[in-house]
Amino acid sequence: MAKEEFQVPEVREHLEIPPVVEGAMAHSQPFVAAADHQSLLGYPEELVDGWEDKAVEKMGEMARKYRSFRVFLDACVKCGACTDKCHYYLGTGDPKNMPVARQDLLRQVYRRYYTLGGKLFPGLVGAKDMSKEIFDDWYRYYHQCSQCRRCSVFCPYGIDTAEISMAAREIMDSVGLGQKYCNEIIGKVHKIGNNLGLPLPALEDTMEGLEEDVEEDTGVAVKYPVNVEGAEVLLVTPSADFFAEPHVDGLIGYGKVFHQAGVSWTVSSHASEAANFALFTGSYEHMFKISNRIREAALELGVKRIVFGECGHAWRVAYSFLNTLAGPWDFLDPRYPVPQHIMEFTYDLIQRGGINLDPEANDDKVVTVHDSCNVARASRMGTRPGDQFAYPRAVIKASVNRFVEMDPNTTMEATFCCGGGGGLLTDDLMELRVKGALPRMEALKEVVERDGVTHMAAMCAICKSQFTKVLPYYGMGMDMVVSVHQLVSEAIQLGTKD
Amino acid sequence: MSLVTVAYAVAFYLATIILVGGLIYRIREYATVPSPLKIPTMPAPLTPMGAFWRVVREVIFFESLFKSNKWIWIFGVLFHAGLAVVLIRHLRYFIEPVWFWVVLIQPFGVYAGFAMVAGLFGLWGRRVVVDRVRYISSPSDHLMLALLVAIGISGLIMRYVTRTDVIAVKAFFMGLMRFDWQPLPTEPVLLIHLGLVVLLMVLFPFSKLLHIPGLFFSPTRNQWDNAREKRHLATWAAPMDAQRDT
Repeated sequence: MAKEEFQVPEVREHLEIPPVVEGAMAHSQPFVAAADHQSLLGYPEELVDGWEDKAVEKMGEMARKYRSFRVFLDACVKCGACTDKCHYYLGTGDPKNMPVARQDLLRQVYRRYYTLGGKLFPGLVGAKDMSKEIFDDWYRYYHQCSQCRRCSVFCPYGIDTAEISMAAREIMDSVGLGQKYCNEIIGKVHKIGNNLGLPLPALEDTMEGLEEDVEEDTGVAVKYPVNVEGAEVLLVTPSADFFAEPHVDGLIGYGKVFHQAGVSWTVSSHASEAANFALFTGSYEHMFKISNRIREAALELGVKRIVFGECGHAWRVAYSFLNTLAGPWDFLDPRYPVPQHIMEFTYDLIQRGGINLDPEANDDKVVTVHDSCNVARASRMGTRPGDQFAYPRAVIKASVNRFVEMDPNTTMEATFCCGGGGGLLTDDLMELRVKGALPRMEALKEVVERDGVTHMAAMCAICKSQFTKVLPYYGMGMDMVVSVHQLVSEAIQLGTKD
Repeated sequence: MSLVTVAYAVAFYLATIILVGGLIYRIREYATVPSPLKIPTMPAPLTPMGAFWRVVREVIFFESLFKSNKWIWIFGVLFHAGLAVVLIRHLRYFIEPVWFWVVLIQPFGVYAGFAMVAGLFGLWGRRVVVDRVRYISSPSDHLMLALLVAIGISGLIMRYVTRTDVIAVKAFFMGLMRFDWQPLPTEPVLLIHLGLVVLLMVLFPFSKLLHIPGLFFSPTRNQWDNAREKRHLATWAAPMDAQRDT
């Protein structure tokens, strides 16, 4: 898809609910996974014969394995509460991007084969036979959901469209229709250990380079270690942190924090990736395998703690699932939660006075914060509900003098997805990403104009990449996005605690 | 014994069996399907008691709906609270002597009937007027509203327009419960009202009315947030877990 083939939505003063425009995004779909991407993950290489029946059968299996899926298919009353909550609907007006309508793409088939009403009176209850037309809609619109869970906050029954879209992708994979972006990446993690396919020598090179840069910059020899046995902390961070901007500035920040804390740490080449794209494809099995690389690395290196870098969905898998998938963690230091978020690490250090931060170092900035969907609605930090909002703010405010909140309807539990989550951060979905970013862009523009905000801090590799790419479409600079730990990195007074 | 009495008596027995049996079947199904991962919508309570109260707040106050859309919330509360009071008011047809608090609530029950119908019309209006809600509505969504409205209005007609022999109606239901059938008055409005109620009871376990048990089993609402403290292994995932080398 060429870059300028679509109209960038107009930024308005207030968020407005668009009228329904049927088929507005019917042309949007990601590249299909090639045969070798599929076979590597144990999926059929292409759409199998009799896929209709097999998909229906798989759907029944999912309903027996996942209570969420089973209950959510029954419980919806079509009240409409969710219809204006999805950023993709708000940005496109395509009715199939309303959470309930997205669910209905699958629910209509479920009803036909698994409910009495759908078997007897399909027309009455909106039940339909499985068909190529419906399946094509699945592929299009289940890849227009970033699984951000915003709809689940507002649903009176807590129906989470993410659960439906994950199940749908798993069903499609199981009959041979996979998404290239996700499945290729999952394959790379299985083979090499990270999403980028970055091998050990490249990783070592990068980290050495960082050591040189930081020493040149600050005069302090901060270490960026790889595969160090017996280190206290295993840092698991999204591989984008190793090279992408502004991610790498965050990684530099983590290193400086560990340095000042006097805590030895290492990354592992075996588990050099926090991201776990199997969450997006709804595959428990692959999520399990990827998670257990972290367990293997922790055992191999003999670390005592596991700390995760800034990444939204990775933190969901880490916080909410890692114990279940890769635990128990009885071989680690029981005084610390497993895993910990780097934000928790830095926050605790600030509370104990174990770190010297000079917020004046960031006086050239007016900063706001973007709550990542998966951090906000799918995980937690700290000890109390809501600390996932309090901790990043506390860390930012300790590093920055001028901090501004965006419209509260767009932050914390009501935060909008950046538009690139859920396995959609790929160039073949550029139009969707730009349009899906609209609600966040509007809220950001408001504080830019009102409060002179210059930077937006993010705590997720996907958010950072997505914003870097879409900000220019909205007439803002790509370098407005910063890592939270980039702010820490600027403010930290190295050499004052050694 | 008139044919009408026999038909309605049999219909109510069957409807009760389908309603109760169907609900037990569904609830067992919901309860036995595993929940392999912790997925509460965060921020979530940290304790079982906290999660219990979260569900209670959803059931009684429609907390999430309140956050979401004030119009749906107002109409939804009007309908559901109205229906609740109306149902309590109807208890007098099934108990003798009538409990004190059920007697007290009788006058409010009538207003509740109006509130219920008003709420239903509000919700129905949204289905027609709001383009997004119109798009997601199936014929069954309109028919369910029509059914509930018809039950409500036929009930109100019996209260305000026609005169129904409520003593005889009570005798009929008490008789059903004691397996000692008594004649059912044959006023058309009453027969319509009761016929629609039978239909509603039968539809319950097969329709979106399952949102009622569903809410109690919704993992995003009834789970508490302790994933880092406690593993949450589903039975079907346990073999995978056991096969690890390390």
